[in-house]
Amino acid sequence: MFIFVPMPETQTLIGKPSKQQKIIYCYHCGEACDSSIEADGYFFCCDGCSFVYSLLKENGLCNYYDLSTTPGIKVKGKFNSDKFSFLDTTEAQQKLISFKDEKQSQVNFYLPQMHCASCIWLLENLHSIQPGILFSKTNFQRKEIFIGFDQNATSLRKVVELLAFIGYEPYISLDDSEEKKTKKTNRKQFYKIGVAAFCFSNIMMLSFPEYFSSGNIDEQTLKQLFSCLNLLLALPVFFYSASEFFVSAYKGLQQKWLNIDAPIALSILMAFSRSTYEVLSGAGTGYFDSMAGIVFFMLIGRWFQNKTYDSFSFDRDYKSYFPLGITKIENGIEVPSTISSLKKNDHIIVRHMEMVPADSVLIKGEASIDYSFVSGENTPVLKRKGELIYAGAKQLGGSIELMVIKTVNQSYITQLWNNNDFYGDQKNRDQSFIHPWSRYFTVVLLSLAAIAGIYWAFADPKNILPAISSALIVACPCSLLLSSTFTFGNMLRYFGKNNLYLKNASVIEALSRVNTIVFDKTGTLTYTSNASIDYSGGPLTDDEKNYIYSLAKDSAHPLSRLIKDHFLQTNTATSYPVLHFKEFPGKGAEGIIDGRNVKIGSSQFITGYSDNKNSAAEVWISIDNDVKGLFMIHNLYRKGVKEMVKLLGVKRYQLHILSGDNDSEKKQIQRLFPLAPLLFNQSPEDKLRYIRELKEDSSKRVLMLGDGLNDAGALKQSDVGIAVTENTSQFTPASDGILDSRNVNKLDAFLSYAKAGKRVVLVSWIISILYNFIGLSFALTANLSPMVAAILMPVSSITIVTFVTIATSIAAKKRGL
Amino acid sequence: MSVLIVLVIVSVIVAGGFLIAFIWSVKKGQYDDDYAPSVRILFDDTVSTENKNPKK
Repeated sequence: MFIFVPMPETQTLIGKPSKQQKIIYCYHCGEACDSSIEADGYFFCCDGCSFVYSLLKENGLCNYYDLSTTPGIKVKGKFNSDKFSFLDTTEAQQKLISFKDEKQSQVNFYLPQMHCASCIWLLENLHSIQPGILFSKTNFQRKEIFIGFDQNATSLRKVVELLAFIGYEPYISLDDSEEKKTKKTNRKQFYKIGVAAFCFSNIMMLSFPEYFSSGNIDEQTLKQLFSCLNLLLALPVFFYSASEFFVSAYKGLQQKWLNIDAPIALSILMAFSRSTYEVLSGAGTGYFDSMAGIVFFMLIGRWFQNKTYDSFSFDRDYKSYFPLGITKIENGIEVPSTISSLKKNDHIIVRHMEMVPADSVLIKGEASIDYSFVSGENTPVLKRKGELIYAGAKQLGGSIELMVIKTVNQSYITQLWNNNDFYGDQKNRDQSFIHPWSRYFTVVLLSLAAIAGIYWAFADPKNILPAISSALIVACPCSLLLSSTFTFGNMLRYFGKNNLYLKNASVIEALSRVNTIVFDKTGTLTYTSNASIDYSGGPLTDDEKNYIYSLAKDSAHPLSRLIKDHFLQTNTATSYPVLHFKEFPGKGAEGIIDGRNVKIGSSQFITGYSDNKNSAAEVWISIDNDVKGLFMIHNLYRKGVKEMVKLLGVKRYQLHILSGDNDSEKKQIQRLFPLAPLLFNQSPEDKLRYIRELKEDSSKRVLMLGDGLNDAGALKQSDVGIAVTENTSQFTPASDGILDSRNVNKLDAFLSYAKAGKRVVLVSWIISILYNFIGLSFALTANLSPMVAAILMPVSSITIVTFVTIATSIAAKKRGL
Repeated sequence: MSVLIVLVIVSVIVAGGFLIAFIWSVKKGQYDDDYAPSVRILFDDTVSTENKNPKK
């Protein structure tokens, strides 16, 4: 008996909103609705969201929607009730249940989707929905939930199914790992701050007499008492609370590197030793209040900094995904979807040159696997049915059917992408101008402090310690380092939100310097799924049509896909197994189907003649070397390309078009790109050579947009190579970024955003330099107390980070990203 | 004046007691999640009157 939710009273299906209507957003999850469902006057984007709403309404839990706007989480993918059947087994229960007696069982789950007050409220009210749940307590910081349930009234599986149903599917991994370590380190931070706070405040209190009597306390015993107590109180601060500064500075020194903790450690050490010497020799009362204050404020500042950084990456990060498509097989039907929606036991199809996105087992087909992406080994390996194929493998040959056994690990794929040293030398990226400066920062700082110390030793010895300690503390190189990290980190998120997934932050800098853009026509400027196709030639029997369909299905070339879609639309196409599938990039493909040799491709490939008379792209067909006819494909250009090209022209980018097709569409392209050099019939080597020639002019920085199939070499050769994808998992490691084809028209926004990012980094760098100058000038002239310096330092880095985050967010909004 | 010495030492000891209390509370885990409690106190109790009271 799982939850059977009765349909809400009013439920009407409204069709797709036309372009003129405004976009309807789901009341539950906030996403835009393609086709909205209405209930009780609210609109929902899908059945899942409206069911959760009616469930909450039934149990009187609509407070969920009052606490935050659109707090719901859209449940991606159909709800499969067998998914959690493994939770009925005793092994799974043993691993997950932390406590059990006759009346209750307790379990802990990690819910990465927890993100707001409504989540906490709903998750702690689970007992209202399912009576078997006794209580549930959340730990928001670790995104964990602690549930106690009565195993006689409900079961572990039902609890998890409920969580998944309302959108908070727990992340269950049956192997114990990590997570326990983080608890201890977080608490250490609090202990240190507590001790530092206690000692600091008491030292201050004991130092008041000295302040108020302007340094002269008459009673010797009292004076000695206060000094002794101060020394005693300073010991735990120096040895315990400040330990992390010393440890970090020492580690840096071991690497022969002065890191940012070095000046702070030095300053604390100086203050402590000088004060101890003064007290023990009776020469004075020392500076323990400053020293303890420095440590206390630094620790608090660090804690606050970490909180601020955490909150910046707080929101729906679980929504960002790697925009690779994959074809799933559900109930025998091929469904295109994304790799992030892949679950265990899903069946997927991987075609020639496509990448296997997750560890899988081979079910059907001739698998010839190339692990060059993972291990560098270029020799393909034949795999048998039932064999395991690891994520990152590339398939060469016909299409194969696989069953996923492990979910996609997107960070693993990104890591593979970035680790590709066997793809030849890394592109020469000009080093960011920030790096050289931060190296010398500490050295310069220490020399300045030393000079000031010497000066004050002669001018007014009283000022040596305050001057040097404040100088060492106030100067903060962290803003230099942090500004570019946070700027680009935030920008990568915005790019990702707009389906441009970049390899790493240095690509952004390269993008900002681009002045020449080369487009590959097929797939980037044209739709690969909308085209009008006409056939001319001899009549084809149904069998022959199926042969062509089967062969086209295995090829990932955009034109083949168009033919495949064409067959799917016009008649019921059955696919036959293809043996000895071979694809020749830019030319065609062939294979043996039902004993017949079937070929599709360019006219040169099939007939041996290149024929430029027609005004459309052509795909010729031959069966058993008998030329049957050809398909003529009129391409449709993507929406928004015209405006984008105009904007790019205005901003003085040089545009070039390369195309592997014939020049049948020359006039059409010339209308769009009036000034651009247009080249047709380009083979992959031609494209590579073209880019190389462009780059011989060293002032040119080339951005190449290709579909990744025929332009791997060209993409690698250009300064930035972006692969434009549409529902394939063809992954070109030579590319620096993957762009979803729907967002090609945002190219000028992306480029201007990259430029804006550079400006933000520059401005924040200037701000931090100014801050350092002003701070240092006050400090070195002994006008800045060390304690105030200790407060200013974290304040400065927080300001820089906040500024940078806000600036990049504004820049993104201004460009519609 | 000697009374000052006694007072100072006693007050430091009392303050030390509070420090111990703080360390104890951190050990108990009260500082592990600093967001949820701030939200939790604002929830109403009216929702589940007929269901069992949630155990802590």
